[in-house]
Amino acid sequence: MVIILKAIMISGRTLGQGASLEAKTSPEFFKATSICALSESDYDDLGISGEANVLVRTEFGEVVVSARKDDGLPPGVIFIPMGPWANAVVGMDTGGCGTPLFKGTEAEVEGTKMRVKDIQELFADLLRRGGDRS
Amino acid sequence: MIVEDVLCPFCGCLCDDIKVEVEDGRIVGVKRACRLGSSKFMGHERISGPMVRRDGELTETTYDEAYDRAAQILKAAKRPLLYGWCSTVCETAKKGILLAEEVGGVIDSTATVCHGPSIIGIEEKGLAGSTLGQVKNRADLIVFWGANPAEAHPRHTMRYSSNSTGMFTPEGRGGRKVVVVDVRRTRTAKNADKFILIRPGTDYEVISALRMIVKGKGDLIPDTVAGIPKSDLEEVAGMMLAAKFGAVLIGLGLTHSRGRYKNVDNALSLVADLNGFTKFVVLAMRGHYNVAGFGQVCAWETGYPMAVDLARGAPYFNPGETAACDLLARKEADAMMVVAADPASNFPRATVEAMAEIPVIQVDPFPNPTTFLADVVIPTAVCGIEAEGTAYRMDGLSLRMKKVVDSGLPTDEEVVENILDRVRRLADDN
Repeated sequence: MVIILKAIMISGRTLGQGASLEAKTSPEFFKATSICALSESDYDDLGISGEANVLVRTEFGEVVVSARKDDGLPPGVIFIPMGPWANAVVGMDTGGCGTPLFKGTEAEVEGTKMRVKDIQELFADLLRRGGDRS
Repeated sequence: MIVEDVLCPFCGCLCDDIKVEVEDGRIVGVKRACRLGSSKFMGHERISGPMVRRDGELTETTYDEAYDRAAQILKAAKRPLLYGWCSTVCETAKKGILLAEEVGGVIDSTATVCHGPSIIGIEEKGLAGSTLGQVKNRADLIVFWGANPAEAHPRHTMRYSSNSTGMFTPEGRGGRKVVVVDVRRTRTAKNADKFILIRPGTDYEVISALRMIVKGKGDLIPDTVAGIPKSDLEEVAGMMLAAKFGAVLIGLGLTHSRGRYKNVDNALSLVADLNGFTKFVVLAMRGHYNVAGFGQVCAWETGYPMAVDLARGAPYFNPGETAACDLLARKEADAMMVVAADPASNFPRATVEAMAEIPVIQVDPFPNPTTFLADVVIPTAVCGIEAEGTAYRMDGLSLRMKKVVDSGLPTDEEVVENILDRVRRLADDN
């Protein structure tokens, strides 16, 4: 049986994300931002261990990221560093003030055997789709 | 050669004491910068040359052709969006606003996905602000609310806030109290005298409860507010009232959560209330090194700090309607120019999908997912390292960024000026 965790997803800055922020195609950026931090109890409750990946799903999309334990997180709150993996599951409503709700999206998390997409793969379906490309 | 007192072009701290070691025109070492600043000075992969998309592929071209192509795209668009402007200097922003005016477009900055709600909150309430120097020299209580400088502004605490030593704060951290309010125990929280863990999206309620206690209405508050015991809130309010000079430093925890600008409005109101008892100031922990500068330039040129629609002949500002994410979400923008930013990474996915359907011009030193979607890519010199110019620190202090090494690449300002010139010539031809 697949264990599904309900949580609130927040995104934010980390040192690793910041240090590779202008090197988005680097392995460092991938390593720093394609992750999901969970409280120790949430991590254990998912029945995952080691270098496990999780599928994070919201009403706006889903993304596979690698799971990390973070003792600073309370149960029920998950953290994905600011970047394209986090934004894959953030909605576009701006609440009338221009700013999407980057923190506070309801999410479901489950362990998965699926691979984490690299940055090229993450955008592959968006390339050359329209506009004036001549 | 060591270049002294270099300004760091990374975060809003705009540290001005960096030592950069240059050998044969290349940077070989950096001292005093944090990990974020050092990584920028030491450099990353660069965009190799100007490119335009042909038959679906980005192919190398000349700067002249890239400028022509960019000008044609902007000129042909009915609703062009000119976005970014915060990892570049004020001189670029000034030219960008002229360009937006010329093409009747919307100009918006990365502030709208960052501290934009803080700006709206400030417009609603007013700001009891100060410089970071005042915080460093006088503050005996620092409150980090939804801010995590340990990760986002690593030298802030040592240079300007909780752990700094100043004229009237000779004991540094030992002479100060530090309160952290956040939804998780961050590295910043580990440095706090008092940490309040709140549930995501409850900032407004918690601030309201503190305001009630400060104003003597604490007896009306229930035993817990958003899960926090009343006694904890009374303790924090007591620390605030006992401070001689308090500083509330707000982060994206307020602006990115439920309530957004109303959270900020309430935080500013708390600070206004506290000023009835003691001295309190509030500052936004701005992200990009010159996001504050774009706001300044845009405000003095158009009257508004971001999300300015110049299509009507007079500037019009209504974030929620004229911000970049809104224009894309409604599929209203029909071309986008991105200068010194990476919206493809930093906007919600559905918004990026709208970007992929319109022509995109990118002006940036570094390749990133916006490059993947771009039709015209124009590489530039890195401001503050390879180009000089003016930037505004997060507290509104303007400082002159140095040029440390020569890249031979055009500056952001020159690129925007060249495109502006071509747009004007296209207009003359009509």
